[in-house]
Amino acid sequence: MIEAELSRSVRRWCKGATGATSAAKLSGGASQETWRFDITHPDGAIGAILRRSPKGYGAAPTRAAGLAAEAQLMQLAFDAGVPSPRVLHVLVPEDDLGTGFIMQRIEGETIARKILRDDDYAAARPRLARQIGGILAGLHRLPMDKLPELRSRGATQEIAEFDRDYRSLNWPKPVFELALRWLRDHDPGPSAETTLVHGDFRNGNLIIGADGVRAVLDWELAHLGDPMEDLGWVCVNSWRFGEIDKPVGGFGSREELFAGYEAAGRKVDPARVKFWEVMGTLRWGIMCGGMMQRFRDGPDHSMERAMIGRRASETEIDLLRLLAPRGS
Amino acid sequence: MQDEPTPIELTRSVADFLRNDITPLISGHQAFKLRVAINILDLVTRQMTREKGSDAAEVERLRALLGVDGSITDLNRALAERIAKGEVDLATPGLAEHLWATTMDKLAVDQPNYASYKREQRRGG
Repeated sequence: MIEAELSRSVRRWCKGATGATSAAKLSGGASQETWRFDITHPDGAIGAILRRSPKGYGAAPTRAAGLAAEAQLMQLAFDAGVPSPRVLHVLVPEDDLGTGFIMQRIEGETIARKILRDDDYAAARPRLARQIGGILAGLHRLPMDKLPELRSRGATQEIAEFDRDYRSLNWPKPVFELALRWLRDHDPGPSAETTLVHGDFRNGNLIIGADGVRAVLDWELAHLGDPMEDLGWVCVNSWRFGEIDKPVGGFGSREELFAGYEAAGRKVDPARVKFWEVMGTLRWGIMCGGMMQRFRDGPDHSMERAMIGRRASETEIDLLRLLAPRGS
Repeated sequence: MQDEPTPIELTRSVADFLRNDITPLISGHQAFKLRVAINILDLVTRQMTREKGSDAAEVERLRALLGVDGSITDLNRALAERIAKGEVDLATPGLAEHLWATTMDKLAVDQPNYASYKREQRRGG
């Protein structure tokens, strides 16, 4: 049982801790294993979260920043006032828990559909698009000289990489080909400014409470690049969860997002944002193809993974809506 | 010729059993997995119901568009190659209509509740 390993681990690094209880695997979060548990402590239980990468999971190794980098980024974000959990411990081999880290548990909701439907968040929802703009501005301003080592990716390299990923699937998809052509034809080239890019900033990777965004999660795909990438990705239709007329995560408009970003002192380039939205839509489609491949060939033969393979067509219709819209 | 009930009827009966009789008994992560399982059976049922007709229409459109014959996989591969080479694009008569029709047929099987699909369906199928 994982509680035995967790108990041994917390006693080593959490002063006064006597053990760990109530460990439960949380569902949601497709690429990594997340557990919640409580650290038993004489001053009262401490809510904690374990993020770890079991074998066979996670993004392609070339894209993942690594969980150590993820922990470092979350701590940097926390220090800079970007909503983020405090990192409590980075796993070491003697923890016998795999690779990853343990962080403070922040109460709130991550399940996108609940955030978009439940009354608890009704007051927060209309403010979220603008708030997200401000958070992204803070994130893009994290000091470059303090960042861990991260891969660097511009638009041109991303197109080439997705082209290669798509072709490696050997899965002829005319709509994806059309999108790749469009991306090549609209490649904006290197951005004037290179910043930290979160890489997976979207509804579903945010902890939301009645008061708004409480934490930004899942920094696994962080890299250096065009900050407009994050603004495009948060608008990808797959992350609107049915609220398709509210591009920013199903919460609100691009105008609100941009206003929040610019109010925090950073500039938006809407054409680049659109480019990254198309790129992001294709990216999720190709990831769905990767899930299909891993289901078929890899160690994860789960039904969930199989069904994600069947979600590629959602991105095809969204690409057509972006690139070949029918009579308005 | 195989006997009846048909695969569609058999699959549907399993999905209905899981949905109506088993779902109320299960909670937590297993309930989530059960829902995925039911979704899979429903998808399979939709595909078995629709695939023959939609594939035939797709092949017909591809033949007209490409001026060649072949299996549905070969024709899709050929179209993908021509788009990649820039020989066919959205200015090519029939391409946008073909991609829309094909994609709508896929969504009808994969995810008929997807909001973009429902919106486009109201626009006229």
